[in-house]
Amino acid sequence: MSTGQGWTPAVLALLLREPQGLAALGEHDWDTLLRLARKANLLGRLSCAVDQLPPDALPACVQPHITAGRALAARQARAVRWEIDCLRTALEELDLPLVLLKGAAYLAADLPFARGRFFSDLDILVPRARIGEVEGVLTKHGWAATHHDAYDQRYYRQWMHELPPMRHLRRGTVVDVHHRILPLTARFDPDPASMLEHARPVEGLPGVRVLAPADMLLHSATHLFHEGELPNGYRDLLDLDGLFRHFSATEADFAGTLDARTRALHLDAPLAFARRQCARLLGTPGLPAPAPAGMRQHLLDALYGHALRPQHPLLDNALSDAARALLYLRAHWLRMPPWLLARHLARKAVMRARPDEADAAA
Amino acid sequence: MTAQPFAPLASFAPAPLRRLLAEGRLALRSGPLTVRITSSEAIVARNLALLYRQHPAADAPPFADFHVQIARPAGPRRWLRPQVEFRLDGHAPFLSLPAAQAFALLEWGMNWCIASHCHQYLVLHAAVLARGEDAVLLPAPPGAGKSTLCAFLAHRGWRLLSDELALLEPGSARVWGLARPINVKNASIGLLRTALPEAVFADAVPDTKKGTVAHIAPPPESVAEAALPARLRWIVTPRYQAGAPLSATPIGRPEAMAMLIDNAFNYDVLGEQAFVTLTDLLADVPCVDLHYARLEDAQGWFEALGR
Repeated sequence: MSTGQGWTPAVLALLLREPQGLAALGEHDWDTLLRLARKANLLGRLSCAVDQLPPDALPACVQPHITAGRALAARQARAVRWEIDCLRTALEELDLPLVLLKGAAYLAADLPFARGRFFSDLDILVPRARIGEVEGVLTKHGWAATHHDAYDQRYYRQWMHELPPMRHLRRGTVVDVHHRILPLTARFDPDPASMLEHARPVEGLPGVRVLAPADMLLHSATHLFHEGELPNGYRDLLDLDGLFRHFSATEADFAGTLDARTRALHLDAPLAFARRQCARLLGTPGLPAPAPAGMRQHLLDALYGHALRPQHPLLDNALSDAARALLYLRAHWLRMPPWLLARHLARKAVMRARPDEADAAA
Repeated sequence: MTAQPFAPLASFAPAPLRRLLAEGRLALRSGPLTVRITSSEAIVARNLALLYRQHPAADAPPFADFHVQIARPAGPRRWLRPQVEFRLDGHAPFLSLPAAQAFALLEWGMNWCIASHCHQYLVLHAAVLARGEDAVLLPAPPGAGKSTLCAFLAHRGWRLLSDELALLEPGSARVWGLARPINVKNASIGLLRTALPEAVFADAVPDTKKGTVAHIAPPPESVAEAALPARLRWIVTPRYQAGAPLSATPIGRPEAMAMLIDNAFNYDVLGEQAFVTLTDLLADVPCVDLHYARLEDAQGWFEALGR
């Protein structure tokens, strides 16, 4: 493979899923692969994939980077387990189970596709009625609100589906406390209480729960569908592919349950999006044939082609930046009504241009 | 793609070197690492040719550990008081700097690559010098005179492994060097020009965030052995103190441990492995706090180490 060309999302995904293919790569292929993996936050996953190969399968120059990736993955796993334990202890005071979302949930449930997956913040879901108590008990245990700017505080509290991120004063770790699945202003309104109800305990971690398989996939799909900034778009697409493959193999009638939960939670559009992009970009098996595409869908496919792959100069072309900017606008369009969107983006633009004055005005 | 073998950078004529750099084809080897560099800045080509003369270089080898770029960010400032930024695979970790600081930014950027990605090593903020196979580690806070002393000793019989980053092999006392240019600041520049007439200096760059900085080429003997690791035998925390008599005070192991952890970039990443590496190291290696006023006095003290 020459530089850049041939490194499609499907080719990369296959190498991570079936690492035997890595043994055939030469130094130049590895040069490109390490660059793409590092930029897409996938070095940990790549390093864990290499564990399945005999030790001499890699060129000598590659091994140090895999060692480094393994160290990062091990640190992440260590830190997240510790953090989960601290959060669980805090929520126990309120008799609330700890319900993990996204990366932390995949790690706690030890889903095979998520071994070595990097992520920064821990996401948890709590009942909306208890949000004040949760904020209080987390503060007592050392987490403090970030985003002290009054506009940001109001933005989160009035419109968003989560508290402003809370950062631990000593460890510096960040927890996002969700009380809904999507912003209060979004066009969809999936019922968080129903997701909490269906959450399942995690083997070996008493007091810790993760969303039920179908809900976990729907949550992942909903977030990627609504996400405006996609520096980790490729990693998140791999999550969806991994969730489809894993649960289809381990859960009885997963497709049927998924359809039922999708209808109950009114998340048809995000699921259709996830199925379409996974089938199209990664060749995920067992998905229903996507509906024929109209003009609008063709355009969206083209935009997502740029956003759901590693964002690296080797793969980007003249249209990539514009495609990502359009998806940023689209995501905000889905998240809030037009009048609020106009106000929010104008406000953000002013704050970026004149940070001091915007602060003073808030 | 046909891979060219590595040859000293001095064997590249100026015009082809500039073209290779502009096209992102130039790879430089520094100790165990190979860095591929893209830049159209004249000062980058000039200083690389001056300061990396003996380092192995190649035209687009198949593999490099890092692909870095010094480029002008888009926007009107391209022309009006131009700025440059450092990028690793398209990611710019720092704010841009005036174009006159392009080479310094490349050096700092490469340090950042190592400190934030090379977790195959325990990376310490310290200078490393060696005599034969025996290495001395010199950790010190900024302003203590570490680079000045390191530059001086590197031209007085010690082999330069690194003036800024020590690469410790986890689970051993082995340390790897880079033999890269030594970055000195402010008053040290004039002092070293006088003390080391044979040293090769790049033009000093004023008004950086560290003041005026200048880079000194690593001695050719050090570059020739850059790929060889050494064994850590001593740890010395140097501190320049005007007018003070030379004094060497042993540092207790707990205190030395805390100091090394403070100077490690990736202690948290390596966790237990880092703890074991450092405690094993301190079981065998003495740690000394050295105060000195004259470089020659310090040189004499280092000369006597282990003898």
